Amino acid sequence: MFSFAEYINLPMVWGALIATAVLLYVLLDGFDLGLGILFPFAPSDQCRNRMVNSIAPFWDGNETWLVLGGGGLFAAFPLAYAIVMPALYIPIIVMLLCLIFRGVAFEFRFKADRSKKLWDMAFHFGSLGAAFMQGIILGGLVQGISVEGRSFSGGAFDWLTAFSMMTGLGVVAGYVLLGATWLIMKTDGETQKWAQRTAKYILLFVALFMGLVSLWVPFLDNAIHTRWFHPSFFFWLLPIPLLTLFCFVRLVVGLRRGDEYSPFLCSIALFFLGYLGLGVSLWPWIVPFKVTLAQAAAGPESLSLLLVGAVIMLPVILCYTAYCYYIFRGKAPHEASYG
Amino acid sequence: MSVYDLDPLLLARIQFAFTISFHIVFPAFTIGLVSFLAVIEWRWLATRNTVYRDIYKLWVKIFAVAFGMGVVSGVVMSYQFGTNWSLFSDKTGNVLGPLLGYEVLTAFFLESSFLGIMLFGWGRVSEKMHFAATVIVAVGTLISAFWILAANSWMQTPAGFEVRADGILYPLNWLEIIFNPSFPYRLVHMVIAAYLTTAFVVGGIAAWYLWRKAHVKHARIMLGMAMLMAGFVAPVQLFVGDLHGLNTLQHQPAKVAAMEGIWENETGAGLRVFGWPDEEAEETKYAIEIPKLASLILTHDMNGEIKGLKNWPKEDRPPVAIVFWSFRIMVAMGLAMILTGVMGAFLYWRKRLFESKPFQLWCMAMTPSGFVAVLAGWFVTEVGRQPYTVYGVVRTADSVSPVLGQHVAFSLLAFIVVYTFVFGAGSYYILKLIGKGPVFKPVDDKPDLPGREAAPFTPTAKPVSGEK
Repeated sequence: MFSFAEYINLPMVWGALIATAVLLYVLLDGFDLGLGILFPFAPSDQCRNRMVNSIAPFWDGNETWLVLGGGGLFAAFPLAYAIVMPALYIPIIVMLLCLIFRGVAFEFRFKADRSKKLWDMAFHFGSLGAAFMQGIILGGLVQGISVEGRSFSGGAFDWLTAFSMMTGLGVVAGYVLLGATWLIMKTDGETQKWAQRTAKYILLFVALFMGLVSLWVPFLDNAIHTRWFHPSFFFWLLPIPLLTLFCFVRLVVGLRRGDEYSPFLCSIALFFLGYLGLGVSLWPWIVPFKVTLAQAAAGPESLSLLLVGAVIMLPVILCYTAYCYYIFRGKAPHEASYG
Repeated sequence: MSVYDLDPLLLARIQFAFTISFHIVFPAFTIGLVSFLAVIEWRWLATRNTVYRDIYKLWVKIFAVAFGMGVVSGVVMSYQFGTNWSLFSDKTGNVLGPLLGYEVLTAFFLESSFLGIMLFGWGRVSEKMHFAATVIVAVGTLISAFWILAANSWMQTPAGFEVRADGILYPLNWLEIIFNPSFPYRLVHMVIAAYLTTAFVVGGIAAWYLWRKAHVKHARIMLGMAMLMAGFVAPVQLFVGDLHGLNTLQHQPAKVAAMEGIWENETGAGLRVFGWPDEEAEETKYAIEIPKLASLILTHDMNGEIKGLKNWPKEDRPPVAIVFWSFRIMVAMGLAMILTGVMGAFLYWRKRLFESKPFQLWCMAMTPSGFVAVLAGWFVTEVGRQPYTVYGVVRTADSVSPVLGQHVAFSLLAFIVVYTFVFGAGSYYILKLIGKGPVFKPVDDKPDLPGREAAPFTPTAKPVSGEK
């Protein structure tokens, strides 16, 4: 039995890896969930076909990051997995059901004639519901979970608070921004013009929600407040809000100029910075204020074996994911290029 | 009884059984189907016979629908361990977590990424690259089967771990964990089952086309390949299944006793072909027996001893009737498959394989046989493991999440409604695609790369009416 526990801090490494997997999920599935939310508002059916074609080759792979997030949490932090999943039982089950509708809608609308409208609706509401539930899950986690011994000990609706509703809406707005800027990059003509208008509009909401969360989170727990505003950390952490502000400005400029690529990249940067901010706030908790990364971690032998796999496979996965995006580069077609 | 009295353990078990049963249908089909597609695409590239290309284009669309449904029902599985079986996750995470982690890292990404190329890359990437994508997805499904069956087999025959004072399981030897005693048998048995499932679906559809005299060229190839599988692989499955059974007898004798409906220790035990296992009376009523056959099969000795269920206290026995009946259904399907292979061989020898109407009807009836056998087989092995989740180590009752009964009832109801609707629709679209048949539209090949010769539009690829 081998273990790297002597050489590296395994729980920390795995915390970083899981965080990266979740971030990649949020960014990748974020734009295709956002696109689903925007779907019924598109100006024409032709636009809608193009929208679906722009993500059809990728959605399966994007969703796999969610499986890695869940599977990885089970593998690396079984205690956290065992506490968080029952605590957020209802939003997680609803999210899964929404993802089912959204996922199959992709395949079915290509084949349906009369019921195409039905699957378009399933695509929209599935995406919307999944995004909203993911925001609630985020909020429910960040605001803290009741724990006794090694189990969740709170009520079934503990997650239902004003804060989690707000994070739910915030994630919906954020995904729509990613979706709209993705469309600016992957389409042209009518669809692109519409996406540009939408992005400008939704950006206001994203700014609003990011501002609200940033003001709210430091008051959830004293430790978070101290971390951000303590003089010895303040200047080190200052670049995060400053860069966020810069990204907003750059995004507005990019949208005004009609850039094709920069809005999407700036949206990704915004998500990344917001995520980093939450990470800074919650460190070193994995179940906030109750269980730390180190306490929840699997045994060192388990983490070591997994690390070998992750170090070899993650770069390979990123390479062939990039290759797939490269193959389907450029503007999305109007016609389904199926089969 | 109000909703507040609902037993969360029972509901969680029903929910897991329901969602996993729905899920397994799709991988069982797609594992075989993508290997079939790889062979078909290889034949297309090797022979340039457009019939192969048309077969590929038909089945790849069906594959897309089935794979999509497999993905979405699979995401549910990866979260359900936590939502409904959190104590199990906490106890076994150190051992099972890495196996599932490896499945995601080595298989899921591979499959889902190259699936995009397989479905949408025709004409966008080179023919060789497209073929490579098909092969990679096929390999991915097999890697996935490797890890998930290693995890499941470890739950059946746990090895290479210790339980420490905190009640948590810790790994001692990864090779013993992965290659636990029942793993090799279960892996081979399941992969063959997946191949046979696909073969009988493909064969059944082909028989239907022949029956209608539609797409005859395509149907002959499809039926021929299906019969090769039925003729050569179905008998192998009987042999592998026997080995698997012997392994189970060694490690989980209570499961075998339930499969055979044997209550007392018996030497020269008869094979109960039919019967009604009565758990209250502790006997199998109305049994029709073939003398000594159970002993002969299980111990390879006419007078070998088989342990009866009464060796275990009642609370340590699996539910007998489900295991007993599921086992019979699985075996019946297996024997019917072997019979199909024999009939196919006979008809081929008489040069009537593609003409015999009764045989076409038989093949159509056999279309779902693989699914039935796979589900029944999993019922045998999973219900037979009860009352444990990790056999002999962690009891099912000590695995369930602290979630209230009414919430599990809500989620179970939601799953039943959504799955019935969504997978009903999926099956409908698959049937629609099958009904349309291998009709090749030239539009499909449009995004040809410059410099690549466009595929010629040949008479074999005419619409349905042209072939009649």
